[in-house]
Formats: sequence, C-alpha cells, structure tokens
Amino acid sequence: MRKKSDQRPGYFGPYGGRFVPETLMAPLDELARSYDKVSRQRKFQRRLKDLLTNYAGRPTPLYFAEKLSSALGGVRILLKREDLLHTGAHKINNAIGQALLAQSMGKERVIAETGAGQHGVATATAAALLGQTCTVYMGEVDMRRQHLNVERMRLLGAEVIQVDSGSRTLKDAINEALRDWVTNVRTTHYVLGSVLGPDPYPRMVRDFQKVIGQETRRQLRKQVGQDWPHLAVACVGGGSNSIGLFSAFLEESRTRLIGVEAGGFGQDLGEHAARFQGGRPGVLHGTKTMVLQDRHGQIATTHSISAGLDYPAIGPEHALLHEEGRVEYTAVSDVEAIEAFHLLAATEGILPALESAHAIAEAVKHARHLSPKKIVVINLSGRGDKDVESVLDFDADKNKSESKSRETGADRHPAETWKNVVWGGDR
Amino acid sequence: MSTIGAAFARCREEKRAAFIPYLTGGDPDLETSANLIEALAEGGADLIEVGVPFSDPIADGPVNQRAAVRALEAGVTLPGILEMIARVRARVETPIVLFSYFNPLLAHGLQTVAEQAAISGVDGILCVDLPPDEADGGFRELCGSAGVDSIYLLSPTSTPERVKIVAEASSGFVYYVSRTGVTGVQKNLTGELQRDVKKIRRRVDLPLAVGFGISSPEQVAAVGKVADGVVVGSALVRLVEENRGRSDLPELLAAEVERLAAPLHRSRRR
Repeated sequence: MRKKSDQRPGYFGPYGGRFVPETLMAPLDELARSYDKVSRQRKFQRRLKDLLTNYAGRPTPLYFAEKLSSALGGVRILLKREDLLHTGAHKINNAIGQALLAQSMGKERVIAETGAGQHGVATATAAALLGQTCTVYMGEVDMRRQHLNVERMRLLGAEVIQVDSGSRTLKDAINEALRDWVTNVRTTHYVLGSVLGPDPYPRMVRDFQKVIGQETRRQLRKQVGQDWPHLAVACVGGGSNSIGLFSAFLEESRTRLIGVEAGGFGQDLGEHAARFQGGRPGVLHGTKTMVLQDRHGQIATTHSISAGLDYPAIGPEHALLHEEGRVEYTAVSDVEAIEAFHLLAATEGILPALESAHAIAEAVKHARHLSPKKIVVINLSGRGDKDVESVLDFDADKNKSESKSRETGADRHPAETWKNVVWGGDR
Repeated sequence: MSTIGAAFARCREEKRAAFIPYLTGGDPDLETSANLIEALAEGGADLIEVGVPFSDPIADGPVNQRAAVRALEAGVTLPGILEMIARVRARVETPIVLFSYFNPLLAHGLQTVAEQAAISGVDGILCVDLPPDEADGGFRELCGSAGVDSIYLLSPTSTPERVKIVAEASSGFVYYVSRTGVTGVQKNLTGELQRDVKKIRRRVDLPLAVGFGISSPEQVAAVGKVADGVVVGSALVRLVEENRGRSDLPELLAAEVERLAAPLHRSRRR
C-alpha cells in the first residue's frame, strides 16, 4: 500500500502534477487552498450533505438484481443505483460540490466540458440552483449522439458551445474549456467533471465521489451482513465513478476491483479508448498519466460507442492503481456493451447508460465463474435514456449488415459496421 | 553569455527592444517553413520562435491551432523540425527558440530532445505547459548541460512568489504573457500592460519579452517602450495562412517583419 508520506503534493506516485500554462498556476494554488479550507468546514459539509440528500436524492439504493443474478448462474449481483440520482448519473455529486466551492470563492460563472452530456447537465443544474452563469463545451460528434442532453442543458439556462476542432469529442471539449478558463480565470470556476486535469482536480473530484463507496459499504453491511464485496466493477472514462466506488475498498484486500475501459471496435490506435492497452505515460490536460498517443507525442483519436468513455487519457490515480496492481483494468467492446445494455433491460427493466453497460458486460464475464455466494457490486453510474438513439442505430446497422452478408454470402468484418455507427453521415 | 543573452545585449546597446517573430514550424510544410524562417531573419528578427505543432494546443487561439493542424497534416514531427532548423542554421545566425507543448518533448525523451536541440542549433526552449515547478530536477538541468536556455513564462495572474520562482528558473530571457488568455491578435492592449511590465521588470534580472496579442506596429512601439523584447506570432501565422500558395510568400513575410519592427529600429542608424 501507498504511504502518504512518500508522495509529492498533487502527485499519485509518478503521475499527476500541474502541467499548465503559467496563467493557471496561481489560480490552481488558490483553488487548492480554498478546497482544502472549505471542505473541512462543517458548514460546507452540512450544506453539501443537505443538497445531496434532499435535492439530488442520496443515498442511492444498492439494489439486489435477482433476475440478472439468476440469469448469470446465481452469483449475487448488487447494482449501486447512481442512475437514480437527480439528472441521472453520479456526475451530480461532484457538480454540486464544485458549484458550492465556486460560490464560496466568489466566482459567479462556471464552465464545464462534457462528453456524454451528463456532467454538462449536472453542472447546468447546480448552476441554475445556485444562480451561477454556466457555459458548457461539447464536441460536435457528442452533441449529435447525445442530443437529448444538449437540449436539457439549454433548458436549464446553460450556454452550450459546440467544439469543432480535433476529434470533436470530450478531449477537444476540455481543450476549449481550458482556453476559456485561461482567459476568464479571475471570474470563472472550471467545474472539471472527472478525476483528470491538474492538481487539485483529481483528488477533489475523487473526494466528492467517495460518497458512492462509503454508502455502498454501509448498505452492504446492512443488506448482506458483510461490508465488502468479493468483486466491484465500474467503467472508467476519466475514472470518477470508479474511483468513487473503489476508494472505499482499496484497503480491503478481499475485494477484487476491476475498472473497465472502452474497447471500441478494434485494438489499433484510434479504434478504442483503452489507455492501459497501448497507452504510454504522457501529459495531457495538465496531468501526467497514461495517454493514447503516437510515437511523436501527438494525442491519438479514440473511439467508443459511449461518449463518456471516449477519451485518450485516464485519471492519474488510476495510472498508479494500475501500476501497483491494486485495480485490474480490462476493456469491453462496443458490441459487448450493447449486449449488456439489452441484458439489463430484459432482466431487470433498467436501461443503463452505455458507459455503465461496459461495467455490466465485464461483470457478466466474471459472474459465470464465481460461486453463487459471492457478492458482486456493479456501479450503475448513469441511466440510458440519453443513449436510446445510439442503441437503436447500432442495432439497425447491425441487422442491415447481417442481412446483407446473408444475401451476398460475404463475411463483412464487424468493425466496418461499428465504424458506420459512429461516423455515419445522417445522425 | 548565451547567444540569446548576446542578442538582447546588442539590442540594449542600440537602446531598443528586440523584435521576436513566431511561426509554427512546418507550416504549411517543412521546406516552405525553412524559407520562411530565413525570411524572418532577413526582415530584421533579433530572435526567432519556432513552434512545435501539437494536436491539443490549449494555450493557442484559432490561428495557431489551424497552423498546427496544417503542419501535422503535412506529417511534421519534432525530429523533422529539428532537422529543418539544422539546415536553416547554415544560413541564419539569429538565435532560435523552440516553442512547444510538453508531450511531444516527453515522447522523444527529454535528454534526447535537449541534446538534439543543441546539435540542431536551437538556442532556447520554451515549453508552454511546463511551469518551472514541474521542470525541477529534470528538463531544465538537461537543457542547461546541453547549453540550451530554458525560458519560462509569467502572466498577469502570477503572484510575487511565482515571479520569483520563474525568474530564478529562467535563462536567456523571461516571457511575459500580456493577458490572461490564449495566443491571438487583439485590437487594443490594456492600459495596465505597460504598468504591469514595468513592475515585473524591476523584479526580473533577465531580459523580459512580452507576447500574446501584439499585431500592429503601434502595439510593437508601445510594448517596446517598456519591454526588452516584443513577440509577434498570430499576425504572422495568419499572413502565412492567407498567402501560403504564393511563391513570393518569403518576400511578403520579410516585408511584414520589417514593417512591424520598424518602430523599434527607428532610432537606429542604418
């Protein structure tokens, strides 16, 4: 286990740090100081707890998914229902925390990046609640595939700015949010949505998400009589929902922890977002971590059917947890995620977010090999309403190509199908 | 004294600020880029900044972003830029500063980069997302042993403590970012700029160059009154963008450099 004393402030082993333009250095100092001070104040914690409970809907249930469990051979699968939170995902835990912090720092404007739109919606929501001006940056590709969330943000009074540069996804939205922040840093707080970016973001966002693991622990004790699972599974984009769950069990050696990255449609650079399968240490968006990049240090484009996992870097703490071997990281393909989406809908009547469907797909792989008494916790980080169109398009495309290959007898490589789903013109 | 230090000393003798143009290396391609750097020198540059294109340039505005895209689409890499600078070195004596983001340097290995930069004739490296706090015990020392200056940035948000850290870490010169924001042309410089620059200059022993947003001879003149160096970037990158098909692009660029630098040279006898 890590010794806290070994660590440089703002670092997780060799990962983390503050690799930002000078303009942001003093503001990051100020943010870290404010966060360290305010988060210890009882008044702040009371207000946060009140909002999480009465506004956002915490605690979320730890639901025993009996039908899913028996479909998979009887292992006890419990779903941490972050999808039932206000706005539909765990993102609100962090958004409320940071919006309150911004308020205490006297910043009247907040900005955010968003991939799947859940963090954007959560930030727009918190901003509306606290009377802050809100601007959200979102890649053009993501705005198309998560259209519903774009409209939600606008209805909440946020300005959504389309980002047309680079891969037009989460990475580019963060670039644009950072450019805004560097310009307006005196009046604006940047509500970063994951355990990414320069210090103090990775530890601050983790702290706001720790509530997921803490609740799970309490609920396990009450519901199953032991306060740890044999296996805990969560999807990892930047890695905030997973670190929120895992943080409660890092010291519990009996719990196996698995983070699930997006395997996309292939193993070559550009076909997936699995940073531990082809990534190298690098610096992106202010932090040193595992980054998908070419040999000249240019950041790679990524692919995932899930916008929230479609990002070339992983939170720096995950890079360390991987290096230490405490958390295992695997990847689940687009197809497997879609299958898991349908499985949960059919067995439990729950439409999971495509991000969370990656975690379900991974748990399915393990469930069959585990004895019935074992306890598995899956973080159901978000709900799937936003993904209905993506799933329908994917299925339609798959059916089309299957019937086509039946007609022609040609064995079309599935990757071709999946490519069309995301890059196809008419969506 | 380094070649960069000598260049500033020469300008000081002439009682004027140094003119420092910036171009993205390899925009629109390496061959043209070599000719353009030569044109900057011919136009009267005292120092030249060459940008290393990066896929995610968070400190750059749209003009420099587009330049990076053009260069990357032409297949430009850091080794390619260093080779190009080595070729230019045969014809150009003006000190050259590499302006980069950290990841391309990290990807090639910091020691290799420092050594290869020195061999290629690079005189200083400025890494926009590598504050001296993160460069401690690493890149700065490697550059130092290779004889390459490390230039760090200051900005309007820098606290007195940070001014001290940056001033102590830098060699060659210190680059003051004229405003909070990204690179790019702006119409009016703030009235506070001259006051801020004077204040910072008292606390920094090295020459202080000012950049970001400076695009007209009037602005060059105004900044030149208070700073030791004036950087013009996006305005020149835009000129390259708008005229990149023309065979007389180098001449156009040299003429523009001459026009922009003219207020600084006015007192100098030709």
